[in-house]
Amino acid sequence: MLASRVFGLVGRRSICTSLCLRAHGHAGIVKAEDYTLPAYVDRRDVPLPEVAFVRDLSAQQQALKEKEKASWSALSVDEKVELYRMKFNESYAEMNKGTNEWKTILGGVLFFLGLTGIILIWQKHFMYGTIPHTFSEEWLSAQTKRMLDMRVNPVEGISAQWDFDKNEWKK
Amino acid sequence: MRRLLARRMKFHLLGAFLVSIGCATLYKFGIAEPRNRAYAEFYKSYDPMKDFEAMKAAGVFECAPPK
Repeated sequence: MLASRVFGLVGRRSICTSLCLRAHGHAGIVKAEDYTLPAYVDRRDVPLPEVAFVRDLSAQQQALKEKEKASWSALSVDEKVELYRMKFNESYAEMNKGTNEWKTILGGVLFFLGLTGIILIWQKHFMYGTIPHTFSEEWLSAQTKRMLDMRVNPVEGISAQWDFDKNEWKK
Repeated sequence: MRRLLARRMKFHLLGAFLVSIGCATLYKFGIAEPRNRAYAEFYKSYDPMKDFEAMKAAGVFECAPPK
């Protein structure tokens, strides 16, 4: 509403889209761009699209359209199919049919995962330095022993897996 | 195409309901129940003083050295 007030103040003529600017050299008549016209869609929930599929009919198709104006029982099956194909692109069966796209997608995903894996392996081998000394076997076993001494997670965790009487991991 | 939305909606509503209820039940009986039982079992026969003495003997306490 405010926008229309602005229009009234500023004056409709001064607001020009690029299309109108183009028209200023051509007697003020603009050819309607394709994107502004109603379009044809193949959608399950749009059974009758706004326009027919074939926009520019050949001479033969135009003759068929003329014949369509008469009694339909005069049309042969092929002509009826031709008229259908002029009006619609895909039938419902064709529209709803599944594709094999998922195979391509899965293949692409797995391929790039593998590529990433190769890159990571290369990095570990050639790029990264030595890991900290706290990952050595002795350090890790001393660390685990200290965790068990402290009774870390005694209910469901690590201390629950250790048999304190026999001094070994539970079977 | 008749009742397209209704059919789809019915299917998906039912499915969503079942899936969510199923997930909740699975979680309750797969994860929550065993966890509760584990805690109950642990604390049934838990002697904190004995535990403390064992930890003290192992030497993990700064203010309660094993002596």
